[in-house]
Amino acid sequence: MTLLERFELGDIRALSRLISHIENRDTDFQKLLGRLYRRAGRSIRIGVTGPPGAGKSTLVNSLARLCLDDSQSVGIIAVDPTSPFTGGALLGDRVRMGDFPTDGSVFFRSMATRGASGGLASATDNVAILYDAFGFDITLIETVGVGQVELDIIDTCDIVVVVIVPESGDAVQMLKAGLMEIADVYCMNKADRPGAERLVADLRNTLQTQAMVRASATSEGKLSAHHHTLAGSEDSDATVPIIQTEAVNNKNIDTLHKAIFDHLKKIRESGFFEQDRRRRLRKKILSILSNRFQAEFVNGLASEDELDRAIDQIASGQSNPYDISAQLFEHFLNRN
Amino acid sequence: MPKKPKKIRVLLAKPGLDGHDRGIKVIAAAFRDAGMEVIYTGLRQTPEMIVDAAVQEDVDAVGISILSGAHMTLFPAILDEMKRRGADEILLFGGGIIPDEDIEELEKMGVARLFTPGAPTDDVINYLRKAVEAKKSDEEVM
Repeated sequence: MTLLERFELGDIRALSRLISHIENRDTDFQKLLGRLYRRAGRSIRIGVTGPPGAGKSTLVNSLARLCLDDSQSVGIIAVDPTSPFTGGALLGDRVRMGDFPTDGSVFFRSMATRGASGGLASATDNVAILYDAFGFDITLIETVGVGQVELDIIDTCDIVVVVIVPESGDAVQMLKAGLMEIADVYCMNKADRPGAERLVADLRNTLQTQAMVRASATSEGKLSAHHHTLAGSEDSDATVPIIQTEAVNNKNIDTLHKAIFDHLKKIRESGFFEQDRRRRLRKKILSILSNRFQAEFVNGLASEDELDRAIDQIASGQSNPYDISAQLFEHFLNRN
Repeated sequence: MPKKPKKIRVLLAKPGLDGHDRGIKVIAAAFRDAGMEVIYTGLRQTPEMIVDAAVQEDVDAVGISILSGAHMTLFPAILDEMKRRGADEILLFGGGIIPDEDIEELEKMGVARLFTPGAPTDDVINYLRKAVEAKKSDEEVM
């Protein structure tokens, strides 16, 4: 039997082998995904992101347990960084995993970023499609520990939880673009530590101000659909929820879980769920195309010899990176 | 374009109640620096948890560290669980304070290789690279 046939019969080992094929971009991996795609579309993807050591793994672990209690099967993808020097990785998110049932209702895969810099591996979205096709009700995706701009998670998930801790900064940090504006639900973890209340108040303040600003901007048609739902201009108290948790003590995780699924219900009813999936599909098509373009054309833009000669010319002061690039591009166009 | 060699994925675990994890952390760092993807599961793992993780992570090899003296119980239990789960093509190796006669017996049972204290990390890395390379998979994808 082929791996695909075994996969279709629900064989865990086959799922696991196929994930590797996709991760390694083995021959025909896109054809494989194409074959599996029609079985996908039902799984709900929840992303958990935030700085290193904020408690993401522990939270994901507890959230998975609550989903199991609701008779939902769960697939987890946990991403950790690949070394830029050696290509190696230490994938340690399993350390926080509890003793889950081994009956196939939970599946956990660690992934290394392998050079991607948006907080996920470039294969994470494809692996999530595989999970979906395999039949997991919920897909939980945990990013690497992020800073402010590793935001691939918003192009991969239906719902994004941003985890912060009392040490995450002050009111100005809360106001910054990037990580602090992508949350559907905020989770203030380690909420028993000093400063938690204060930061939650700062964040709430920021969100309320933003909601007001955006409500007036959307009515003038200046903001995108995503911001439109964030602004919640249809109901005025719909700012993003902030849930205070203590993941290691399993405290308030049920509230976080509820906030996530309340949000899911809301975006399904408003139509934003489908709309956002279409936005992500558009990006996905463009990304497959641009990868293909990169592989087939860009790598052939200039040979190593040409690059060496170009660098010599720049180093000796005869040219500069801008003119050289223009010449190489011209040369490439004439060749094709 | 020359094809890059396949990335080696290895699971490292400590079974049972043995909390001495200095050695396994040294090995984890050495493997990471050798360009491998190391899945570290931490302490107090049961044979079932270890094999379940190995299957889900699709690792080439599982490395076990035992310093408690329970190796004659735990290694066979892991081998049995691997067979039960149809995952016995995954390489099982290990390290710890293990007497020579036990090493001989365990390697007969199917543990691929056991290292004792003082083994240079380069030896372990080279061994693992060769052993993983030697494995051939003939499974069909589609």
